[in-house]
Amino acid sequence: MSLEDIQKDPHLQNFIEMETQKQRYQHLVHGLTERCWDLCVDKPSQKLDGKQQSCLVNCVQRFIDTTNFVVNRLEKSQGLLTAATSADSEFMAS
Amino acid sequence: MADLSRDDLMDQVKQQIALVNAQELLSKMTDKCFKKCIVKPGGSLDGSEQKCVAMCMDRYMDAWNVVSRAYANRLSQERTRMS
Repeated sequence: MSLEDIQKDPHLQNFIEMETQKQRYQHLVHGLTERCWDLCVDKPSQKLDGKQQSCLVNCVQRFIDTTNFVVNRLEKSQGLLTAATSADSEFMAS
Repeated sequence: MADLSRDDLMDQVKQQIALVNAQELLSKMTDKCFKKCIVKPGGSLDGSEQKCVAMCMDRYMDAWNVVSRAYANRLSQERTRMS
């Protein structure tokens, strides 16, 4: 297939879009795991205990809350973000 | 590239993505578990350090899965909230 064929192939376009989205999701999970691991897992042991698990879940939730909060607050402050091309947060876009 | 079929192309894309993900996991896992387990680097990676790294790797995978599930749940919540 030539590059032109690829660009004209709706099936392929759709596939690439899906894969890109999946990859973005995975990349965010890698980043969140890294951040939340530091906060929630002090000493690795035989298994993740309940406390560590709920810490991880809360960590994810609060990180997304924070993202939303930052975006909303910037949006309210005289449309600082309106100049930017997209006001969608990274999280909501996927 | 010119005579690549669509299926070949899709396979290649999937493989590349899997590779990138494996690399990202590998580098983060190594970084985190090195920090937790190798406090005083000695003449070799001794038995207790190896045990620590092995356990740390398993827990890191567990944590990855917990985070992934939590994130997926939140995404679907946000979607229903917005629609």
